[in-house]
Amino acid sequence: MTHLADRLSGQPSGAMIPRLFRVADRRQDTSDTFTMMLEPTDGVSLDFIPGQFTMLSAFGVGEVPISVSGSAIEEGPLQHTIRDVGAVTHALSRTAVGDVVGVRGPYGTGWNVGDADGGDVVFVAGGIGLAPLRPAVLEVLHHRQRYGQVVLLYGTRSPEDLLFTAELKRWENLGVQVLVTVDYGTESWNGRVGLVTTLVARAGFDPRSTVAIVCGPEIMMRYAAGALIERGVRPDRVRVSLERNMRCGVGLCGHCQYRELFVCLDGPVLPFDQVTGLLGVREL
Amino acid sequence: MVLRPPGLQLLIDVLREGGWTVVGPTVRDGVVVHAEIESLDQLPRGVGDVQDAGSYRLSQHGDEALFRYVVGPQGWKSLLFPSRELLWSGRRTGTEMEVEPAEVDPPRLALLGVRSCDLHALAIHDTVLAERAVVDAAYVSRRENTFVIALTCSDPGGTCFCVSMGTGPVPDKGFDLALTELLDQDGHRFLISAGTSRGEDVLDELATRATGDEVLRAARADRDAARKVGKTAAGRMGRSLDTDGIRDLYANAEHPRWEEVASRCLACTNCTLVCPTCFCTSVEDASDLSGTQTQRWRLWDSCFTNDYSYLHGGSVRSSTSSRYRQWATHKLASWVDQFGTSGCVGCGRCITWCPAAIDITAEVGAIRSGKG
Amino acid sequence: MRTIEHYLPDHPFFAKLDPEALAVVAGCATNVSFAPGEFLFREGQPANQFFVIRRGRVALQVHGPSAGTVVVDTADAGDVLGWSWLVPPYVWLFDARAAERTGAVSFDGACLRGKCEEDPHLGYELMKLVTQVMFSRLVAARVRLLDLYGNKETADAGALYAAAIASGTSHDSPG
Repeated sequence: MTHLADRLSGQPSGAMIPRLFRVADRRQDTSDTFTMMLEPTDGVSLDFIPGQFTMLSAFGVGEVPISVSGSAIEEGPLQHTIRDVGAVTHALSRTAVGDVVGVRGPYGTGWNVGDADGGDVVFVAGGIGLAPLRPAVLEVLHHRQRYGQVVLLYGTRSPEDLLFTAELKRWENLGVQVLVTVDYGTESWNGRVGLVTTLVARAGFDPRSTVAIVCGPEIMMRYAAGALIERGVRPDRVRVSLERNMRCGVGLCGHCQYRELFVCLDGPVLPFDQVTGLLGVREL
Repeated sequence: MVLRPPGLQLLIDVLREGGWTVVGPTVRDGVVVHAEIESLDQLPRGVGDVQDAGSYRLSQHGDEALFRYVVGPQGWKSLLFPSRELLWSGRRTGTEMEVEPAEVDPPRLALLGVRSCDLHALAIHDTVLAERAVVDAAYVSRRENTFVIALTCSDPGGTCFCVSMGTGPVPDKGFDLALTELLDQDGHRFLISAGTSRGEDVLDELATRATGDEVLRAARADRDAARKVGKTAAGRMGRSLDTDGIRDLYANAEHPRWEEVASRCLACTNCTLVCPTCFCTSVEDASDLSGTQTQRWRLWDSCFTNDYSYLHGGSVRSSTSSRYRQWATHKLASWVDQFGTSGCVGCGRCITWCPAAIDITAEVGAIRSGKG
Repeated sequence: MRTIEHYLPDHPFFAKLDPEALAVVAGCATNVSFAPGEFLFREGQPANQFFVIRRGRVALQVHGPSAGTVVVDTADAGDVLGWSWLVPPYVWLFDARAAERTGAVSFDGACLRGKCEEDPHLGYELMKLVTQVMFSRLVAARVRLLDLYGNKETADAGALYAAAIASGTSHDSPG
């Protein structure tokens, strides 16, 4: 059908064919979370922008969407910080240095933290949500002078679940206000215990010039966005990262639809004002 | 051009000699299904269908009409967008892995008797699968090897509502050839016209190969009769759906009717299986016992399954009401925002093939009219 | 360090009180300080005080045989801590331990209860402030019950249920 060939806007591509990456290194972060460092077997590095994700394949088991957690600026292996919660992530957690995994992507929209140039940036991370934020934090630190106050509010379940603890200290030394809290602690924990959203009122930033970047469980993102907006941050300058079931990552399988949005194409990063109404509809 | 029945047989022969496999309607197990057609004798002569919510049966009319039936449960979807498709094969040797994309060697198919609703469904699949940033290459390759012979419906009824959706009953574009079956005092014949240069070439071939009166010039009376078929068909819709402002379905997300439908809906996925525009798929990895050979297959999926929206330990849409709402809202409203047209072509298959006799036009009509 | 009379009016919790009410409240207050590890109060003891933390951090915790010691909340500078003084039988439900060197204003709860009985207007004003703070603390505690960061399979989530039900701190912060 010549008219179809004429209308083709994209090239038929191997978008569903995984590229082969080798596990160059791995690190166990907590009892159920680990970080993989991957090198492409064909030598072509995967360029991404902070906030994007890839579809990782454990051969013979399946594929999952995982946000990239490494630096988008510095050279180095492709990093993913992954929580062992199902068959595929479990298989990935069992990979050893030298094993090969499949990678497709990067896909999705990015945090675009550069919009905060000249103003303040507030990162709010819940649990493993710190991992997708990390590339944006690194981007800000790479150009620290472009931003005013840089704040990281980080909440997780317990002190044992804290990620990147050594790096948090380094970030503090580089001029980031780092406020950490846990849902509950042990006697040896002398840090804060409480909900991460209560830190919003505590941190020092000017809401009028702030871009807020929020990542974590959906309920936590709703409350955190609410607290930020209550403090005066503009709803269109609060960005959240949504998650839905994905089987392709490229808008063809239909699974990630969120009413008219495809989370893999229109998201995962979305401005809060665009999704405020959607977040309030149960089972959307 | 007008074809007498021997001319239609000649058309089939010409296409087959040109390397096309002709796929058309035939009766099997009390249903009109698609199969490879070599002879007119295989077509559903004198057969019509009587369709209603949750009900389908064939009717016998004892005449010569070959295309009185409307639509069977299958569209043409499974030919161009198969329910199982191999994406790639992988072979592991030690820690090394080799991935080989599956090759698509599409058969050249001539689709005989594509109704206007299904023609629009093909165009919708073109938009979704072939005209966005990432394209389904296998679909494109199959689509490019497809020859479309459209047909104006003569006897719509039961569950048809193409007129409401602006998708019929007369095919307007997207075909190589278009037929209208005429059975009147001037005899049994088919008005045929071309929609592409490829179609023109076939008509030229027909004219050259015709020996007697299998092929005739179309007379004014033939064209008038064909127009009348279309007009009559347009007046015989079994259902209707008001699509004006249908995006108000968004605002009706908490309407009690969704729960009410859910008390009847079995979430059996029949509607998504028979719908010619549904495109959702899933992937499945299959390995041999030694784990050295892996294949990834793509399969049809349905938003009515519990697994469809699974996310860390639970499904986002665990209730049937949320799934029905998702399907209806997507098909009629979100699709417009996503792709620029409605996702529904008014073919009525979801109504006919629902075992609970749920009618999307009635459900959506009830919600939008404010009734509970 | 400012005197209590100068500190309280600037504090968001007390700023809403009219000057007379504030004077009564200030009259029941003294400055206190705790070394790291020192307890402000223990579970089971009579509850006749509440605190406003001026600097440092206090951990609200509970101890059990298999759970060990679990910290369920912390109070930082500006937070109000303790309301068992308001609710019979006026007994502390948790331990409060200074996690670091902590300075606070301590209020004589028994004295304030008496003054509230005598002056219902003062009582009502104080109740309004306390309920707002208790409300936001209850919401925060309930949200933490969701165990949003937890794996559904984690077994000890249930054991923490009881510990998270009521917390004695408010997080009305200086903003």
